[in-house]
Amino acid sequence: MQKIGVFVCWCGSNIAATVDVEAVAEAVKNEPGVVFSANYQYMCSAAGQKLIQDAIHEHHLTGIVVCSCSPRMHEATFRKTAESAGLNPYMVEIANIREQCSWIHKDKEEATAKAIVLAKAAISKLRNDTPLQAGTSAVTKRCLVIGGGIAGIQTALDVADAGYEVDIVEQRPTIGGRMAQLDKTFPTLDCAACILTPKMVEASQNEKINIISYAKVEKVSGFVGSFKATIRKKARFVDETKCTGCSLCTTKCPSRKGKNEFNMNLDNRGAIYIPFAQAIPNVAVIDPEQCIKLKTGKCGLCEKVCSAGAINYKQEDELIEREYGAIVVATGFKPIDPSPLNEFGYADNADVVTSLEFERLMNAAGPTKGTLLRPSDGKHPKTIVFIQCVGSRCEENTKRGKPYCSKICCMYTAKHAMLVREKYPDTDVHVFYIDVRTPGKNFDEFYRRAAEQYGVDYIKGMVGKVAKEGDKLMVQGSDLINNEQVHIAADMVVLATAIEPDPTARSIGTMLTASMDTNDFFTEAHPKLRPVESPTAGIFLSGVAQGPKDIPETVAQAGAAASKVIGLLAKDHLVTNPCVAQSNELMCNGCSQCEKVCPYGAITYVEKEVRGPGVREVRRVAQVNPAVCQGCGACTVTCPSGAMDLKGFSNKQILAEVDAICRW
Amino acid sequence: MENNAKFLTETALRISGVNPRKCMKCGKCSGTCPNYDAMEYHPHQFVAMVEKGQIEKLMQSKSIYLCLSCMACVERCPRGVEPGKLVEAVRLMQIRQQDKNHKGARDIPEFADESVPQQLLMAAMRKYRK
Ligand SMILES: Cc1cc2nc3c(=O)[nH]c(=O)nc-3n(C[C@H](O)[C@H](O)[C@H](O)COP(=O)(O)OP(=O)(O)OC[C@H]3O[C@@H](n4cnc5c(N)ncnc54)[C@H](O)[C@@H]3O)c2cc1C
Ligand code: SF4
Ligand code: SF4
Ligand code: SF4
Ligand code: SF4
Repeated sequence: MQKIGVFVCWCGSNIAATVDVEAVAEAVKNEPGVVFSANYQYMCSAAGQKLIQDAIHEHHLTGIVVCSCSPRMHEATFRKTAESAGLNPYMVEIANIREQCSWIHKDKEEATAKAIVLAKAAISKLRNDTPLQAGTSAVTKRCLVIGGGIAGIQTALDVADAGYEVDIVEQRPTIGGRMAQLDKTFPTLDCAACILTPKMVEASQNEKINIISYAKVEKVSGFVGSFKATIRKKARFVDETKCTGCSLCTTKCPSRKGKNEFNMNLDNRGAIYIPFAQAIPNVAVIDPEQCIKLKTGKCGLCEKVCSAGAINYKQEDELIEREYGAIVVATGFKPIDPSPLNEFGYADNADVVTSLEFERLMNAAGPTKGTLLRPSDGKHPKTIVFIQCVGSRCEENTKRGKPYCSKICCMYTAKHAMLVREKYPDTDVHVFYIDVRTPGKNFDEFYRRAAEQYGVDYIKGMVGKVAKEGDKLMVQGSDLINNEQVHIAADMVVLATAIEPDPTARSIGTMLTASMDTNDFFTEAHPKLRPVESPTAGIFLSGVAQGPKDIPETVAQAGAAASKVIGLLAKDHLVTNPCVAQSNELMCNGCSQCEKVCPYGAITYVEKEVRGPGVREVRRVAQVNPAVCQGCGACTVTCPSGAMDLKGFSNKQILAEVDAICRW
Repeated sequence: MENNAKFLTETALRISGVNPRKCMKCGKCSGTCPNYDAMEYHPHQFVAMVEKGQIEKLMQSKSIYLCLSCMACVERCPRGVEPGKLVEAVRLMQIRQQDKNHKGARDIPEFADESVPQQLLMAAMRKYRK
């Protein structure tokens, strides 16, 4: 017979205001097995834990029930408490009388009655508990970073700095992400390339960092500490070890129809190209869709001019298989396509551009070499209208756009407006805004400078229509402060388009079983207290993949993610959860149902001699890999023979709980 | 809000089905409105004034007849507020109280003889059902 102690927590007034804690402690006193019960203000406090430990010693308890908050909060705490008093930590049950009782009820009598039932259910379960031993699993001391933007680069640098190996898998031919496309950066207006490219070089020269560019992660299996990933490195038809990045081939290539993605398709590039001068790796890549040789077999010019002999038209995709202890998601974002918001006329007018396109038009390495010329006729625009919140802050689930604020556009619009006025003081600049949101160190000062010192005309209102009239764009909008409708004949319109996660994010989330919100941003384990971890163990979040943010915030988060990765990789072993599934071979008939429902691929089948009372035969039976099983329990409810059981949550234990509740 | 204003507000909200609290005061509706200059009160003001219970002012204003019912504001509003429907509701409230001759849907059959075109009946049903 077990000796059970029950400890009822007040949680200050959180529980005690709605539940009569004394009555609960009193009511369970005579339950079978219970030899001790008490209540206390804060069980989780040092004094509360000591109360538990003293009772364990004094009454030789074999198990404890703590009636308190959700097990998500303090199960681990009380397990440790029990363990240090010599109890098996899995002989601890939590009755959640806060989230599932005091917080959701108003009537004290009802709440108290429910708390008693929940306590009795936990006691019944505990009577069926058996001590469990946690195992250990090894940690592979290598980190995989998916996405090589500033977030991925920073995380990789910090993890490598601690001495661990890092692979960055980047889908584009170069690392750098969106930041590489920017001109100047707020709030200091230093040039993006000047601060980014040294970091890119640092990453490429770091012995611990291995950059796998033009690649994607195809498959991930395993679990925290020992993931296995399959990476497909796409053929670039150029030997990375030979190409010197001289870019001679790119100037000779006769195919000129490929859109230059790096310049937001504002100009064309050759079929063989290097995305930009400071690309890392600085290696050419052939676009097979555009290459004449690969499509028709003729040409081969680049091979002839390449003195390094790097061109290889026969190169094939390469599959890389590697093991990792931790995975960081740093997949970043893209601006939305504003074409469906047809009032802005983006699809029909070349001179209506997105802000990222505008960055390229202002950039010295962009299609206009940094002279601001409008795309339609190459003329210098004299009047520019910026429109904020395009496709952001819309009613949820509508075609108008995203429900969230994209967070960066107020600041970069102020930046754009200021840069234009600085470079071309004869240009009129108007900004339509709903609100100007500039919290952040030196951010509001930055925006005020745009308005006060640079004379940018901020108009509180929104644009309802952009229509072409001659060579002008007629912008019709409201000016709510002046209570009038304004009509501005503009030469160019710049849309501060909402940002959304990279289109591959959803598939990465599914691959990693990492949860995402309805907008496809990765969800953090706790919105306040665990902002850089995914709820899935071993998966960490860095940069805009988790939610809109600017560069300073991205870098801070990237460092935070790195510190979590380092904390994990520094361990030689991880304690595994012993609450995993187990199949009873005598009852299993090898039907394969469980394998189909297991989301982690933990179940396999073996042909095996099964021996039992009256049975002796070779049968196909299920086997659970305890290192892979996460204890979700999907198999136990699926098994038609009742052969699958979850340790710590066996059918017997659960039914004992249900019985206790029904007896009420 | 005094009683009458409260009653009028509730009526306007019921007829239009609009929830003015959803408005984020961006002014997109008024940036869109093709008849803005002719109207004394603009679409975003209809939303704000109904929220504040200032229906009578709106009922007295010519703006309710100047709205083209183009529903561009309804189409463009990022928050799904549908200001044009509010204009329509206030207009209905004004018209109904002028001659106190509001007909309910049930009254319509008595006007229906062979000379009344079907479309008219359907349109009337749609409009006066509210
Ligand atoms: C117009 C504009 C102007 C801006 N101006 C400023 C500014 O002045 N100051 C400022 O602080 N911030 C600015 N920002 C914000 C800044 O761009 C972001 O904060 C920053 O780029 C976020 O970095 P990231 O690494 O999280 O994402 P990204 O830069 O998007 O990088 C993500 C990387 O991951 C790669 N990737 C995505 N999916 C996969 C996959 N499945 N497999 C492999 N690789 C993948 C992508 O190719 C990309 O290289 C601006 C943004 C815009 C749009
Ligand atoms: S072989 Fe292809 S990539 Fe090379 S020069 Fe010809 S078209 Fe360009
Ligand atoms: S950051 Fe500014 S422009 Fe961007 S969505 Fe938010 S409020 Fe609108
Ligand atoms: S467009 Fe919609 S949200 Fe914006 S002011 Fe008009 S009613 Fe309000
Ligand atoms: S429905 Fe009326 S208020 Fe709305 S945009 Fe059209 S004319 Fe203006």
